[in-house]
Amino acid sequence: MPQAFVNIAYLISSTLFIFALKGLSHPRTAVRGNLLGALGMLIAIVVTLMDKSIVSYELIILGFILGSAIGAISALKVPMTSMPQMVAIFNGFGGGASTLVAALAFIEAIELNKAMGTQETVATVASGLIGAVTFWGSMVAFAKLEGLIEERPIRYKGEQIVKIIFALASIIFGIIFGMEKNMNYYWYLVATSSILGVLLTIPIGGADMPVVISLLNSYSGLAACATGFVLNNNVLIISGSLVGASGIILTNLMCKAMNRSLTNVLFGGFGEIVAETDEDKVYGGKIKSASPEEIAMLLENARRVVIVPGYGMAVSQAQFAVRDLMKVLESKGIEVEFAIHPVAGRMPGHMNVLLAEANIPYEKLKEMDEINPTFEQTDVSIVIGANDVVNPLARTDSNSPIAGMPILDVDKSKTVVVIKRSLAPGFAGIPNPLFAADNTLMLFGDAKKMVQELINALKES
Amino acid sequence: MDSFIAALTIFVLAIFVGFEVITKVPPILHTPLMSGSNAISGITIIGSIIAAGAKYTTLAAILGVTAVTFATINVVGGFLVTHRMLQMFQKPKTDQKEKKKS
Repeated sequence: MPQAFVNIAYLISSTLFIFALKGLSHPRTAVRGNLLGALGMLIAIVVTLMDKSIVSYELIILGFILGSAIGAISALKVPMTSMPQMVAIFNGFGGGASTLVAALAFIEAIELNKAMGTQETVATVASGLIGAVTFWGSMVAFAKLEGLIEERPIRYKGEQIVKIIFALASIIFGIIFGMEKNMNYYWYLVATSSILGVLLTIPIGGADMPVVISLLNSYSGLAACATGFVLNNNVLIISGSLVGASGIILTNLMCKAMNRSLTNVLFGGFGEIVAETDEDKVYGGKIKSASPEEIAMLLENARRVVIVPGYGMAVSQAQFAVRDLMKVLESKGIEVEFAIHPVAGRMPGHMNVLLAEANIPYEKLKEMDEINPTFEQTDVSIVIGANDVVNPLARTDSNSPIAGMPILDVDKSKTVVVIKRSLAPGFAGIPNPLFAADNTLMLFGDAKKMVQELINALKES
Repeated sequence: MDSFIAALTIFVLAIFVGFEVITKVPPILHTPLMSGSNAISGITIIGSIIAAGAKYTTLAAILGVTAVTFATINVVGGFLVTHRMLQMFQKPKTDQKEKKKS
């Protein structure tokens, strides 16, 4: 097949990928967009299979079968609550593939005695470095989210120096590889970058995961992009840049939603600070706990209720119970909306997916800026398993670790109901004065169980 | 050098397109955006296909088949899981339609 034809097919694929992302601008067009993206990928794959340098298809087919089986089974089986770790591990595979493809391009250059120019050499080093960091960083993120390793930040003395040493070592191996053109140095580079990937992710904990996953997403795109420069292949460069841009935008949004810089997230040591504020001073004697029946009575008389979901809702799989609560309230003529904080959950948009899974119409899911002005007209706000994102200290205490972080102003509603297991602090490790506020009622217990008891109490009355 | 400049031009322009398109994605679709863009980054599959098919050395064959597997997981898993999620965002709409009919 003439190369021009192949390149035109790749151009069509690239265009379809752009349409795929464009489709995501609205839930109505998103499904079609995603299918266009898949079509683009299919075209690219089919055209590539006709490449003349392919001598046998067994290995390709083997890879297809293995990959499709693993990919399809995990994609169809994964519960929506585990979506963050799913995306993390898929990112990792993308990065890993880039590292391997760059290595293979180098082997090919040696076998065919092709000269490697500066562009190819630099790009090979970049693919190896970024790809390996992505792969291992994603594996650690996966293990953390899946609870296989400690989710809280793991920190030690001199960690920044250790990271810098491994980063420098990777770059030095990269330079030697470029000069010597010796495969061994590529593998040394991959080894040090792999350790770097682990070291960079290990110290980052729970609630910072949305940033990490977005960043790894961006890296997997950049790795693909670097591979594109190795192979001089435009569709790789275009797709890689699109994904890289997407990851960077999301990373930026997540950082803004926590009022922290990216450097602070990556190197900051958040969540390890022991709270100086005395919990007793904040909570002492001011906590009012209520029974589901009492809260049901309160809800009976409400006109507008806002539900604020947090990671706790995901952990207890309470999204279906929450949907039933919404239905019961609506059947009584009460207006119900959901307030979604950008960093609620463990990845961007995590809560929206869970609520969509429970069949809650997306029109009811409101962003922070949209819903905040309405809390004053809200009779009851129900906070389910969220903590730091509703902590008024962010507005009032400039010394607090979350100072300046945009929060959901639930405290402005007439009554706040907080469903939570205990008064344990959230990821920021600080007490939450909201729990002790005059207009707050605590409903202690598991989110799912408590929501169900609320529903029962509402139905009985 | 010329081909490098051409590749660089494409790279820079594609980043601008990416920024333009992706800033229009609403927050409620951020999770599908991540998994969907992730599937697109599986485009490295085309590099891995050629490498696995060319069989230059045994090492290359092993690396090739691993690369194809990784990239296929990325592509198949990514598009499927995105589809699964996006369909959930459509369900409420069909519910309402059914109600209207009845």
